[in-house]
Amino acid sequence: MIVFDNVSKFYGEVLGVNRVTLTITPGVTSLVGPNGSGKTTLMNLMTGLLRPSRGRITVAGTPVDHPEALCRKVGYCTQYDAFPPGLTGYEFVHLTLGLHGFGSAECRERTSRAIAKVGLTDAAGRRVAGYSKGMRQRIRLAQAIAHDPQVVVLDEPLNGLDPMARAETIALFRQLGDEGRYVVLSSHILHEVDLISDRVILVHHGYIVAEGAIAGVRDEIDDEHPMQVLVRCDRPSFVASRIFELDSAVEIKIHEDKRGLLVQTRDADKFYLLLNRLVMEHDLDLEAVAPADEDVQAVYRYLIEKDGPVS
Amino acid sequence: MTSTRQILAVQALELRKRFLGKRAIPVYLLALIPLVLFAGRLVVLRVFHVDHNESITHDRVIYAALFRTLILRFVVYFGCVAIFVPLFRGDILDRSLHYYFLVPMKRQTLTLAKYLSGLLAALVLFNGVTLVTWMLLYLTHGTSALVERLVSGQGLFELAGYLLVTSLACIGYGAVFLAAGVFFKNPIVPAVAILGWESINALLPPVLKKISVIHYLESLCPVSIPQDSGIAILADPASPWVAIPGILLLAALLVYVAAWRVKRLEILYGVE
Repeated sequence: MIVFDNVSKFYGEVLGVNRVTLTITPGVTSLVGPNGSGKTTLMNLMTGLLRPSRGRITVAGTPVDHPEALCRKVGYCTQYDAFPPGLTGYEFVHLTLGLHGFGSAECRERTSRAIAKVGLTDAAGRRVAGYSKGMRQRIRLAQAIAHDPQVVVLDEPLNGLDPMARAETIALFRQLGDEGRYVVLSSHILHEVDLISDRVILVHHGYIVAEGAIAGVRDEIDDEHPMQVLVRCDRPSFVASRIFELDSAVEIKIHEDKRGLLVQTRDADKFYLLLNRLVMEHDLDLEAVAPADEDVQAVYRYLIEKDGPVS
Repeated sequence: MTSTRQILAVQALELRKRFLGKRAIPVYLLALIPLVLFAGRLVVLRVFHVDHNESITHDRVIYAALFRTLILRFVVYFGCVAIFVPLFRGDILDRSLHYYFLVPMKRQTLTLAKYLSGLLAALVLFNGVTLVTWMLLYLTHGTSALVERLVSGQGLFELAGYLLVTSLACIGYGAVFLAAGVFFKNPIVPAVAILGWESINALLPPVLKKISVIHYLESLCPVSIPQDSGIAILADPASPWVAIPGILLLAALLVYVAAWRVKRLEILYGVE
């Protein structure tokens, strides 16, 4: 596990992160927060690029101030879009594998495999300086995973990728997560975080404001922000009248097209039970039922911004 | 085995930067200065048949003076600034140091590997300058003079002496500027300060004279400069048994100190 034990990081008098106590388990974990919230600081701390001002961090049992042990387990694709000058994509990955101490044949084999994984085989012989932003992002990703690390840390890894590459990269992250690796990534594109992540860590002003599976985090804030559910059906007015019989119903809005309604409830379980009964007993023609605010974006707004989610 | 491979990989990457990167240009230009000077002298004397009545002995003294002033104090000194300061500082400015910090290698090993790569580049370049300028000096007296000098033990001993001093200069100044690049955000300030200190070395009291690299280097130069030459000469030269281990110890100490600092270095490109 990746363990932060009461970790603080200050840049002089400026707060990076404060009193972070956190345990990250295998799978895909997303750090979510606005610019300057402390996401990159957390990533740099867990990869040993920064030293904590206070507290202790271990990654899969290894203290982060031992790079010779830590960096065998960790691959980090940073946000820094910089490369040693004059290298081709292949040379870049090959040389950094050499720095890991792999033999020549193994470097070649691992380089080819990593470059193939990110879909850059055709461009591997070209100089990185001539790559597009998305290609540079992908070659850095190849470099981060080439030594087959147990922990993959990715700072805004989807930046600059076209939709096709984005989908392929997300699939790669999912594959790494499903293999039991730790994949820790940061992103400000919240709907992608929803797609990729097993759990999220919401960071704001250097503090962890929530962590866990997205639905779990959402449940924890039910009292303050009732859950919103969108229902598409043939008789929304009838459904609305029955839902109001529940104590937990807070607000219902009928959609303009009279084919749907948006329900706010403090008890989602009761609501879903009632809806099931209505379908069974009153032959309700139900097109769709979907949580309207169970995504990261809504949770993030509830926790951090004053306004609720846009419905 | 793994550490050796890692050190070699650092060498491969760094030598590429030192010889092929844009930061190599000032080093090449510095190295060209004495080469152009000595080659120009040869061309003027040999091609345009200008009378050259000076003896080899006189030219050896001129070379000794130029070696101390132009090659050691200027070319090697500033060459080492240009080669060793960017070993870490250049990577910080390029925002690429994290690639080194994210490999399973002790920071001390990384510091040593980077120093050795800078040293290799400096040794090749500046010993090349010393070798070629020394040969150009004798070529002004004809190819036979050069061959005669080379086959006689005395000439080889002299050349070996200059190459040894050049090498020790690279080792000493290299370590000084490796440390400067690690400790100072703007290493020009320490570079100028050290240059000032080294320049006034001849004027310093005997005790202070010994706290400099140039004092020990000049002590080892194979050709001494006569008292009446007008050039500041070494009053109290150190014995080779002190000078050589002294420079090596100083270099080892500075590389150790630089490694200590690198171990504590954080990636904070935004504030560099």
